[in-house]
Amino acid sequence: MEQTQYAVAMQGITKTFGKTVANNNVSLSLRKGEILALLGENGSGKTTLMNMLSGIYFPDSGEIRIHGEPVTIRSPKEAFDLGIGMIHQHFKLVDVLTAAENIVLGLPGGIELDRKTAAARISEISGKYGFDLDPNKKIYNMAVSEKQTVEIIKVLYRGADILILDEPTAVLTPQESKKLFDVLRAMKADGKSIIIITHKLHEVLDVSDRVAILRKGEYICTIETKEATQQSLTEAMVGRSISLEIERPEVENKTEMLKVENLTCINAEGVQAVKHATFTAYGGEILGVAGVAGSGQKELCEAIAGLHHATEGSILYKTGDGFENVVGCKVEEIFKKGISLAFVPEDRLGMGLVGSLDMVDNMLIRSYKDHKGIFVDRKTPKKVCEDLIESLEIVTPGTSTPVRRLSGGNVQKVLLGREIHYNPKVLMVAYPVRGLDINSSFKIYDLLNEQKKKGVAVIFVGEDLDVLMEISDRIMVICGGEVSGIVDPRECTKEDVGLLMVKTGREKEAEA
Amino acid sequence: MKKRAEHQEPFVRMTKRASITPGKAWVIRGIALLGAIVTGALLLLILGHNPFGIYGEMVRGAFGGTMYIKETVRTAVPLLISAIGIAFAFKMKFWNIGAEGQILIGGIAASAVAIHYDAQFAAWAAESGSFLPRILMLVLMFLAAIVAGGLYGVVPAVFKSKWGTNETLFTLMLNYIALQYVKYLAYQPAWKMAGTSFPKVRMFDPIAVLPKVMGIHIGWIIALVLVVVAHFYLTRTKHGYEIAVVGESTNTARYAGINVSKVYLRTMFISGALCGLAGYLVVSGADGTLTEGTAGGVGFTAITVAWLSKMNPITMLIVAVFIAALDRGAGFQSSTGVPESCAEVLVGIILFFMLGCEFFINYKLVFRGRKEAAA
Repeated sequence: MEQTQYAVAMQGITKTFGKTVANNNVSLSLRKGEILALLGENGSGKTTLMNMLSGIYFPDSGEIRIHGEPVTIRSPKEAFDLGIGMIHQHFKLVDVLTAAENIVLGLPGGIELDRKTAAARISEISGKYGFDLDPNKKIYNMAVSEKQTVEIIKVLYRGADILILDEPTAVLTPQESKKLFDVLRAMKADGKSIIIITHKLHEVLDVSDRVAILRKGEYICTIETKEATQQSLTEAMVGRSISLEIERPEVENKTEMLKVENLTCINAEGVQAVKHATFTAYGGEILGVAGVAGSGQKELCEAIAGLHHATEGSILYKTGDGFENVVGCKVEEIFKKGISLAFVPEDRLGMGLVGSLDMVDNMLIRSYKDHKGIFVDRKTPKKVCEDLIESLEIVTPGTSTPVRRLSGGNVQKVLLGREIHYNPKVLMVAYPVRGLDINSSFKIYDLLNEQKKKGVAVIFVGEDLDVLMEISDRIMVICGGEVSGIVDPRECTKEDVGLLMVKTGREKEAEA
Repeated sequence: MKKRAEHQEPFVRMTKRASITPGKAWVIRGIALLGAIVTGALLLLILGHNPFGIYGEMVRGAFGGTMYIKETVRTAVPLLISAIGIAFAFKMKFWNIGAEGQILIGGIAASAVAIHYDAQFAAWAAESGSFLPRILMLVLMFLAAIVAGGLYGVVPAVFKSKWGTNETLFTLMLNYIALQYVKYLAYQPAWKMAGTSFPKVRMFDPIAVLPKVMGIHIGWIIALVLVVVAHFYLTRTKHGYEIAVVGESTNTARYAGINVSKVYLRTMFISGALCGLAGYLVVSGADGTLTEGTAGGVGFTAITVAWLSKMNPITMLIVAVFIAALDRGAGFQSSTGVPESCAEVLVGIILFFMLGCEFFINYKLVFRGRKEAAA
């Protein structure tokens, strides 16, 4: 057999969690010195498969061969011994330590830390692949992209020659992604074998040599990237042909619905998360909000919804013929003023819904106070649920199933459906399609467009620039809590938006 | 290099169950009870006793005659009421470990009323010959107990909602304050039993003692009513709904416009008041006085009851009677030659198995070589 040309060969891997089959008889092979993209929708089992390769899970059945040798990987340490290193989506670093300390953490050796040798090796690795890293910088002073660099160097330092990156670009700007891909190419040239997990098609086409596609836990195929197109990849990933166009209907008569002026908020750590933000949202448009993760999007949304205290500025809602300032008002006070604001928070099951309660009780979150008396009325929301199940095609065993048991797309439909049901004037959605499959995502886009046509001011906080560019009428970019620009996506490029996403950082560097 | 993957699989692994049918869950609980009985029997055999005889005695001690049944019910009443109180807090994920203290404070408040006024009320009753003084006395004691218990429960809630203190430690510490205060009261001349130097609170006048229905103090009726009321409060009212939402996620509660602090304070008042009520029933119903043993660990055992019942008041009724029966049965043991500590070990074994089996209801073990498909 010519098995030895493969760095990794996984055969017939099956992994189940309870009744859920995460991977069913999956096979995957990684050639030496190639970049393999592992493509699939959320929930298709990509991360589970890679976790088995890196020793976090143990497969129920199947065989793994590394460089042609059958192996058993029972722990991350054993994976390291085999030269496998995984860079997780959520970084696992110690904040108060420096980059170098994090990199050597947990390695065998004496009690004494030889910082010099470590720093020298780190510089060597950095130079070789084109990283840009100060080994003595503390993690808490680092931007997300720098943290990622530390994670990558950490596995290289341990001598990994098989690297797995789980959605590495989710937290990066377009420019940073490009830089990362250059590094990956340099590593490939050095003979490293790389698996990159992603669901962004243009990245797959950009960086990979071959693409392996998973769908609902099943292995579909592996194709040469040269022979693939966005359309063919989508079809393999979703299982049927699908239109990738997002509509942007035009609406006349835009009216001001929400004016935010000079808004400043302080987050839980006492840092200014939103700084002097000023913008207006119009009825009949979708205002996209772009920015690197953690730039103040969460605080901005929560301040507008009355969940986060604003230290300065005003939030003016249109009520009747005038505007009303809601800064300093609690959520219930905002309701009482008759302001119909709908908010789909980022943390769906931790803020928008209660996972262990059923759909009816989750409908009650917005309306249980409306019923008079001490008892809760569950009849009206039950009817609302039944209507929503039908109109939004929510897949659920019934209205009494805990919403946690529903799939991500259906959870989002329950949440968005509830918020839309109360006829909002302003609809604020944070990362509404995160973790959703393509079909559900498009359903959500349709719902948002429908609201826009009804004259609702939609604020769409997103992470996928491609989507924001297509669906928004205007894009507001925030960077470090400041509004760094509001642009018309019809008249600018993704790179322009990317530059705005890191604008203030650049300016500061220039000043220094 | 290692040989073949299958042979290297860990010997046993845990996997979470997706769901389990109620029937299967009860089978597991049944097996656990059986396991506990067998384990206990082995222990008894090693100690040289006849396990069948001992177990028979235990059942007889709990249910073998009207007198025994009455005792069992009397033990179950404060346990059940405190468990309901604890469930209110636990449903909101407010870990109230202070039931013991709240029971004592309730008992102290009720006793204070009794100690200070029972003589006057008794004289008034003798004079007028009406029931009014007795009813008034008991109602005053009742109110004193629930207000005191409730406030004792509110204290940690205030600190948690204002300054984010840890309620577990806070409520635990309050237990000791209450217990030491009872000891202190036993030395006070106004409270002490006359004609003895032994520090003990005197018995109340019969006017401050709860009437009996079917031979057991009226508390059992109160407990049964509470089971129903608590069930409706938790599942049907707006307050109950707010407790559920706050318990699952304070963020969602804030999002829904629920005042989380207010729910903490209100619910902890109810939780403490119920425990205080349990204390009242012990001093005024079962004992007729206040002692260091008024709570006697009930506040802790009630946590087990609440947890085993998954915070469902109706299930709590069954569990409380079961645990009370174990307790009475073990107590009966000690009078037939088996050391009491040994009987308590038996109770411990049974509880250990019953709590431990919850693990097997949530997880299953997969042994080497056995495939998931077989499960």
